[in-house]
Parts: sequence; C-alpha cells; structure tokens
Amino acid sequence: MKIKNNIAVSDNGFIFNPASGESFTVNQVGLDILNLLRKGEKQETIIQQLSEKYQADKAVIERDLSDFQAMIKQYHLIQNEE
Amino acid sequence: MKNNKKLTIAVTGLNAIDSPGPGVSVIRGLLEAKSFDCRIIGLAYESLEPGIYMHDLVDKTYHIPYPSAGTEALYNRLMYIHEKEKLDLVIPNFDAELYSFIKLAGKLKQSGIHSFLPTLEQFEARQKVNLPEFGKKFNIHVPQSKAVYSSAEIFSLEQEYGWPLVIKGKYYDASLVYNSDQAATAFNKISARWGLPIIVQQFIHGTEYNVTGLGDGNGNTIAAVPMRKQYITDKGKAWGGITITDQKALDLTAHFLKSTKWRGAFELELMKNKAGEYYLLEINPRIPAWIYLAVGVGQNIPEALTKLALDWPTEAFTSYEAGKMFIRYAWDMIVDLNEFQQISTHGEL
Repeated sequence: MKIKNNIAVSDNGFIFNPASGESFTVNQVGLDILNLLRKGEKQETIIQQLSEKYQADKAVIERDLSDFQAMIKQYHLIQNEE
Repeated sequence: MKNNKKLTIAVTGLNAIDSPGPGVSVIRGLLEAKSFDCRIIGLAYESLEPGIYMHDLVDKTYHIPYPSAGTEALYNRLMYIHEKEKLDLVIPNFDAELYSFIKLAGKLKQSGIHSFLPTLEQFEARQKVNLPEFGKKFNIHVPQSKAVYSSAEIFSLEQEYGWPLVIKGKYYDASLVYNSDQAATAFNKISARWGLPIIVQQFIHGTEYNVTGLGDGNGNTIAAVPMRKQYITDKGKAWGGITITDQKALDLTAHFLKSTKWRGAFELELMKNKAGEYYLLEINPRIPAWIYLAVGVGQNIPEALTKLALDWPTEAFTSYEAGKMFIRYAWDMIVDLNEFQQISTHGEL
C-alpha cells in the first residue's frame, strides 16, 4: 500500500489532497504510518518500527494499522486504490 | 508589456452582499491587470450596492434600468453614460441582464463599446430548462430534470427521480426537498419570486466542485480553474474555497468548450458522485463571484476577457497554483449620507 504521490503531508500532520481539495489531520502515530507508507515500507517493517517506537504489542499495532489503512483507503489517499 | 491606452471599463454586479454579485471581484482583477491600466465605471441597479461606495475600486457609478424595462431603456442609458465616460468595454455579471446585453452587443460595438459574451444560442442552450437536451447533445452527464408549471407535476416525478429532489428557479434559487409538503412549499416560494417554470432536478449525491474559465469562441480554453467549496452559506454560496488539480474536471471543461465553442467567461457547477463520475448541474454564462481566487492563483480571467473583447492577442493560461484558498469576509463601510442621496436622486456617484 502506497500513498498517492500528489498528497501533501506536512510535518505537523496536516494532509491535503490537491485533486479533491480535501484536508485531514492526523496525530503523530498517523504521521509516522503515512511517512513509512510513503517510503514504500512493507507491512511487517511498519509494525516492527511502530512497535519499537511506541513500545506497544505487535498485535495491537497490527490491528490499529489495519484500521488506519482502511480509513485512508476510504479517503482515496492510496495509489491505484489498491 | 502594458498597453498605453487607459481603458474605461463598465462593470455590473456591485452588490457585494451575502449572495454576492461578481462585480467587485472582477474589478479587483481588472485593476491588477498587467497588460493595461483602466478606469472603472460601476453600473448599479440599487443605491445600496456596496461597490458604489468603494471609491478605491470604482471611479464613478451610474444607475441602470432593470432588465424588465427592456433593451431600449438599457441602450439609451448606456449611450448617456458612454457620452460622458467614453466606455471601451462593458462586463455584465448577472444572468438576468445578460439577454439584454447580448442583444445589444452589436449596436454597442458600433458605438465603440466592446464586450465578450456568449452567443444568444449558447445562452439559451444552457438555460436550466434546456440542460437535459444540452447534456444529450454534447455527451455530458447531467442530472435528470424537468420544467414544471404546477406543483402537482412534481409528484409524478418523485417515483422516477426518488427523494430528495432539487427544486430550482428559472434563473436563481434552489431548494433541496425531502417530501411532497416541502416540494409544494419550495415550488410556491420560488415561483412567486422568479416566475414559472420551476425546474425539478434529480439529486446527485456527492461532492460539489466548480470550474470557472474563459472560452475564445473557437473551441479553445483560454482559462480554467477548478475549486472545491469549503464553506457554504445558507444561500448555497461559497464563503471559502480551495483550488484543486482534478484532471477529470479540467477535461470536462475542455470538452465543454470544444464542443460548444463557448464564447466568454463561465462557471460550471459540477457534482462528483462516489464512483468519481462528474455530473454537470448548471452552466452559469458569466464570471462567478469567486473569480478573484482564479486571479490569485495565476489566471486573471477579467484581464484575459478584456483582451479578447478588444481583439488583442490573448494567450491561453497553462497553469495555476493548486491548494490556494479564498476566504470571504464582511466589512462595514462608513458612508456619508450625501453620497447615498447623490446616487439615489441623480442616479450617479
């Protein structure tokens, strides 16, 4: 899953989709996920890194990541709408 | 490069109110033009149109007769103004006055007053009552709609279109209604104000986008800027908006211009449904009130329209800045009673 190239993500978690004019805000965790997805990191790597940074259980991270990805997909922020 | 001649341009739509006319924004674009300097002559219908009193934008204002007075009365008044001000161009900004200005365009040009307006055929083809035919002819998705002359006719459409329905006036006003009672109320209210027929339109669920632009009359796009409304007033007017890059909206605009050979400025009201398909809800045959956003992102449409009207070489804009917003605001001016008295009694200020 990769974020569309034209989506602007600022350092403070403000997201702007120039194609639709929609904007969103995310917290630090959301911002970390978006930045990792932008880099094209694999699911396992994202879970590993978030788990280390936030010292949380991998199963919890996996579930939350899956929810977050479903949400950004719904908001048309994903390349090719995978 | 700047043209040496200082142009005198007459502009209507000085009613910068909660449902604003485009005049003041058009004037801001004209005063920021890089290719000419200009003097602005305001044309007003009411003495309380705020633009009349904006002396940093408008050099002089004249009352003009309402469209109901007929084209002859308008022509005589414009000739009186022309005699005093030597107008080079007139930019009308209201749907309801356009018919008269289009009719008079040839006569005005003979007197040296240029304009750049759609043809009468184009103006008629995009009327709300003709929109279904327009969509079919030019292969553009439009919502189903029908012109009705009695509220009873609406009920026969509810099964075909489903609730909610959009009840629209011939020129202005629209209401979203969810049942027969609301439909009858909206029919009576809008028909009392704007006359018959009333247009009943299928409601398309989705996100509303608007595109403003300029066609050269030969099928070419001179300007096109799409915008998403971010803040909408209870009258449905944009109080804030943001420029976007949606290629589908731009393609649809280019298709509209190419197939209709549209001449002049316009605004397309579009609805994008969940499947990403665009429906054309309305074509406004004039500059919209939010035009200063287009100026602010690099497409000075009032300037380009002026150049086209005067037959000056006019290059098409090829880009604009996406992600720029406009936020409208209200501002109280303090006006001397003498000024109000002057425009009210003499029709000039």
